[in-house]
Amino acid sequence: MPHNTTDTGTPERIFIKGNEAIAHGALAAGCRCYFGYPITPQNDIPEMMSYALPDAGGEFVQAESEVASANMLLGAAAAGIRALTSSSSPGISLMQEAISYMAGSELPGVIVNMNRGGPGLGDIGPSQGDYFQSVKGGGHGDYKLLVLAPATCQECYDMMVQAFDLAFKYRNPVMVLGDAIVGQMKEPVTPWKPAAVPATEAADWRLEGAKGRKPRLLKSLFLEDGALAGQNRHLQAKYAAMQAEAKAESFLTEDAELIVVAYGSIGRIAKSAIRKLRAQGHKVGLVRPQTLFPFPGPLLRGLAEQGKRFLTIEHNCGQMVEDVRLSIRGIVDSAFYGHMPGEMPGSDDFLAPILDAMGGK
Amino acid sequence: MQADERLALADDEQMAFEVPDVLVDRATHYCPGCHHGIAHRLVAEVLEEMGVVDDTICVASIGCSVFIYNYLAVDSVEAPHGRAPAVATGVKRGRTDKIVFTYQGDGDLASIGLAEVMHAANRGERITIVFVNNTVYGMTGGQMAPTTLIGQKTTTCPGGRCRDREGMPIRMAEIIAGLGGVAYSARASLDSVKNIRAAKKAVRKAFDVQQQGLGFGFVELLSGCPTNWRMDAVKANTRIREEMIPYFPLGVYKDVTEGEGVC
Ligand SMILES: Cc1ncc(C[n+]2csc(CCOP(=O)(O)OP(=O)(O)O)c2C)c(N)n1
Ligand code: SF4
Ligand SMILES: [Mg+2]
Repeated sequence: MPHNTTDTGTPERIFIKGNEAIAHGALAAGCRCYFGYPITPQNDIPEMMSYALPDAGGEFVQAESEVASANMLLGAAAAGIRALTSSSSPGISLMQEAISYMAGSELPGVIVNMNRGGPGLGDIGPSQGDYFQSVKGGGHGDYKLLVLAPATCQECYDMMVQAFDLAFKYRNPVMVLGDAIVGQMKEPVTPWKPAAVPATEAADWRLEGAKGRKPRLLKSLFLEDGALAGQNRHLQAKYAAMQAEAKAESFLTEDAELIVVAYGSIGRIAKSAIRKLRAQGHKVGLVRPQTLFPFPGPLLRGLAEQGKRFLTIEHNCGQMVEDVRLSIRGIVDSAFYGHMPGEMPGSDDFLAPILDAMGGK
Repeated sequence: MQADERLALADDEQMAFEVPDVLVDRATHYCPGCHHGIAHRLVAEVLEEMGVVDDTICVASIGCSVFIYNYLAVDSVEAPHGRAPAVATGVKRGRTDKIVFTYQGDGDLASIGLAEVMHAANRGERITIVFVNNTVYGMTGGQMAPTTLIGQKTTTCPGGRCRDREGMPIRMAEIIAGLGGVAYSARASLDSVKNIRAAKKAVRKAFDVQQQGLGFGFVELLSGCPTNWRMDAVKANTRIREEMIPYFPLGVYKDVTEGEGVC
């Protein structure tokens, strides 16, 4: 069942929700364990995994809580297994302790957050209110997740494959940060088959019993003199090396006077607004970060050096704009338009803020 | 002192038993009279006798025994406080062919980790839990645990645990036995040679049911924490006999080894 394929093995286009694309992408990437607890708007993911994963020879567990889901993810990761959990904002908050342990113990795993409105119980509609939590660590201690932000159902599929590869490449948890828009909308998706996961993946660190070798230990406790400082230095060097993975979509930036910076669904809606304004002759372009950590700061800085102005649009009260401003600091500032979580944005909502930013200094 | 010096026998001594290879030959960080060392040893002997040392993954919990991986030469991972049964679930679902066990204290398992242990038990995860009940939070300095006895003084119930204020001590072996996925649940004690022998049988059973795929294996070990009980090791053993065992009766609360599996 993992994906619709013809007899010749050529993938067909399938018409599915972003959430389903997440599940299809995970299965294609060789995900073998799923752990999760129900929460709207991502329930299609566990629902599909509950039948598709056992068919693919894997294990599905409906956990007793998101606390347990994340710790099950930690356990499967320790065994070197490609494993996934998914949730939405309140559930992701509950996972933070385990995610911090995973980062500290250098365990790979994929966590999907279909961001909904907050704070608190908020609502079940889309929001980008979890940006800070996703890219700044989220739990305790100095750590980073790799964070990918899909804007289309196809990207939901593609980024799941990328997420697993990155998790094992860096031995680090990876978050795929969508929202209720990309999770719930339906689009044609072309599944594709990535290279099979090599049997040797994680062979040099995974736990499988100490046959013929010394026992292995995966931990985040470092009490000996200098040990924790050493581990933190090592982790920071790893996070710095991740900068090579930074990725963004650039749309009509070359001749643009104003660069709109927006990610995920909001980036896509901003693109529609930009198309409308281009038709009226306004020189505006878009940078849509596809990785939120690492942040495509150097790209933005290059554009700032060319004398362009900036407007950050988010579906929150101002979070990514801080990273945009850090990236272009000393050259220019970024204006900000925050669409309030709890209200569904349309491209027309962004026209006035963009025109404002174009008219401003 | 070198290891071989320590092990060297005096003229009037003879070796009564062998030290399991899987038990690392080093001084532990445990206080004199602490029972964690005995519990470790029982696990080591059982794993060796079952011939599964090289197929075993240990999930360490948060408490005085967090360093169990320094003393047992098996692959190990460290779980957040209370979450060892969830971590073990993940390990086991990832590697169904391995022996997976957690080793948890009473604060870890019976307080912060109650949901995880109950649901792992109820699902019938093929894992083993070694539960060390010493009626206090040992590592953090002897605060009240869910298992602290009525009247027992700790640093957070200095006047003694009071039923009306803090509730009754929780009996885990009985609670676990009541859950569907459990193949074996027992309580044993480490206060005397006789009880330690019985405890080893219980530990063995708790691993056997996992290996046979019958369900969840649980063994509670009544243990001493002389440091936080503010008494010497001999008095601590007496306290286990006179105060703990009457409230936490020893015995097997569930054993399906004669019948079918549970799920
Ligand atoms: C989330 C979290 N809360 C609190 C602690 C602090 N803490 C460390 S060990 C411990 C209690 C351990 O007691 P127990 O499980 O009974 O083990 P013992 O030391 O008695 O063997 C606590 C509360 C922690 N590490 N993590
Ligand atoms: S504090 Fe108690 S449980 Fe911890 S090592 Fe000392 S005696 Fe053992
Ligand atoms: Mg204790």
